[in-house]
Amino acid sequence: MKFHGRAHKFGNDVNTDYIISGKYKFKTLDMKELAKHVMEDLDPEFSQKVQQGDFIVAGSNFGCGSSREQAPLAIINADVGAVLAKSFARIFYRNAINTGLPVIECDTDRIQPGDELDINLEGGVIKNLTQGTEIPIIPLPKVMLQILADGGLAPHFRRYGGFHFE
Amino acid sequence: MGKTIIEKILSSHSGADARAGEIVIADVDYIMGQDGTSPLAIRAFEEINAAGLFDNRKVAFVIDHSSPSPLEGVSALHKLMREFASKHGMTLYDIGEGVCHQLVPEKGHVGPGNLVIGADSHTCTYGALNAFSTGVGSTDLAAGMISGKLWFKVPETFKFVCHGQLPNGVYSKDLILNLIGDVSADGATYMAAEYVGEAIDALSVEGRFTISNMAIEMGAKAGLMEADDKTAAWIAAHSPKQFTPVAADPDAKYGRVKEYDMSTLTPRVARPHTVDNVTAAEDLGDVEIQQAVIGTCTNGRLEDLSVAASVLEGRHVHPNVRLIVAPASRRVMLDAIKAGVLQTLIEAGAAVVTPGCGPCVGTHNGVPSDGENVISTANRNFKGRMGNSKAFIYLASPATVAASAITGRITDPREFVK
Repeated sequence: MKFHGRAHKFGNDVNTDYIISGKYKFKTLDMKELAKHVMEDLDPEFSQKVQQGDFIVAGSNFGCGSSREQAPLAIINADVGAVLAKSFARIFYRNAINTGLPVIECDTDRIQPGDELDINLEGGVIKNLTQGTEIPIIPLPKVMLQILADGGLAPHFRRYGGFHFE
Repeated sequence: MGKTIIEKILSSHSGADARAGEIVIADVDYIMGQDGTSPLAIRAFEEINAAGLFDNRKVAFVIDHSSPSPLEGVSALHKLMREFASKHGMTLYDIGEGVCHQLVPEKGHVGPGNLVIGADSHTCTYGALNAFSTGVGSTDLAAGMISGKLWFKVPETFKFVCHGQLPNGVYSKDLILNLIGDVSADGATYMAAEYVGEAIDALSVEGRFTISNMAIEMGAKAGLMEADDKTAAWIAAHSPKQFTPVAADPDAKYGRVKEYDMSTLTPRVARPHTVDNVTAAEDLGDVEIQQAVIGTCTNGRLEDLSVAASVLEGRHVHPNVRLIVAPASRRVMLDAIKAGVLQTLIEAGAAVVTPGCGPCVGTHNGVPSDGENVISTANRNFKGRMGNSKAFIYLASPATVAASAITGRITDPREFVK
């Protein structure tokens, strides 16, 4: 899986209330509507600024807080290509894989706001085209790569009728 | 080599010799979803085009987060849940029954050695009953409902050894806030917490729930405790089922171990806007409050309401403060009525709302205004958590919240505790 886009930077401990506030998520299942409010408490202009395939780049513990799957879904529906962070909170991490949002653990200090990145998930490397550097990726376990490659857990279940790993 | 509690539970439920770092597919004993997460699970269920539930006796939905519905959109989602539950013959706890994390144990669905998933991050609560219970998202919920299984990465365990007994006026909430403040919001990420020691042994099962409930606030996947006589008595009073307790082996391998002396602990407060921003109540300085909240899956049980009532008895809530009380369940509310606890709270000026999540998640029942300070017994104080990103949320024990409601400023409760 290959990705190309620009970096939008955030800090540590970006919680699910920042990603999509509880006041919106209980109201609707319309993810395009939720996507308009993604990250708005941290950057009110984010949903307008983000271009198709851009990356959210954050510090440690990204996605801490609630189990709301609206968080990765709102990010996907805002046309973000992948989330890069030093570490992720575990429920967000599971939800991202299960909904087909690539989550990449790497040293995000080496990425500046606006940097243009080329990512090869299987190749295990990020090319920072702006800085002219390469950043290694902590590889995903096979089970997660397969769910991601199937487009998420629901498509995986539809295809195999349950869990199916080689 | 020996195993931790979670390695044993994941081994017995997967048939594999589960060790930290491995990925297993394990059988799930019980599955729960709430009204913020179940609608998306229903959508995933339909997307998968599944034939039905793996076992309709082992799945429940709870309507607790926006309950009763404050909005047309929410009403539509509740209706979707009710129709799905009715079609599949599964349990649905509707408005007024209570918070999911009170209901799953109270209705006898979980016990020692079990593996439970819930589409709510505070599902780790049942670790207090020696169960591996963890929060998942909606797609995981759907996959569990269909297959009765889920994939898990076996976590390392972080053992918290809590020596000594808590002093008077200091509670399990203070203990867990102290641990979170010490190890930080991601101090146990990807790990299971095990809480042991005299301070834990001395607590009631209700007090233990508060500690396991907040394991997620240090990033942990689970907040486990060993089962003892109190656990057995609690289970006997709530469930007809038989359970097999699971203890850690003496030579189990731990990722990290920390020891604490809890005999000198003082009341703690988590300041805005992170749960690990913890300080002693006495060192906080002068913080005026406009709203106080007692309830939630962290501290809405009878013991919590009773402590608050003992502080508020014969006193009155400060004129500048709104005190909101949300009992954790209908049964808790009825027990609090019988014990006279609810009358004491109402006479002191409390507004009692429907058993459920109350104002904790910002959907209803007391959204604060711009610039207001709230002190709450809940588990999260994130910016915007209670529905207004310009409000400030402090977290503390029911005694601290009750004392603060009386004085109108955040107050160390020890002088109010009999």
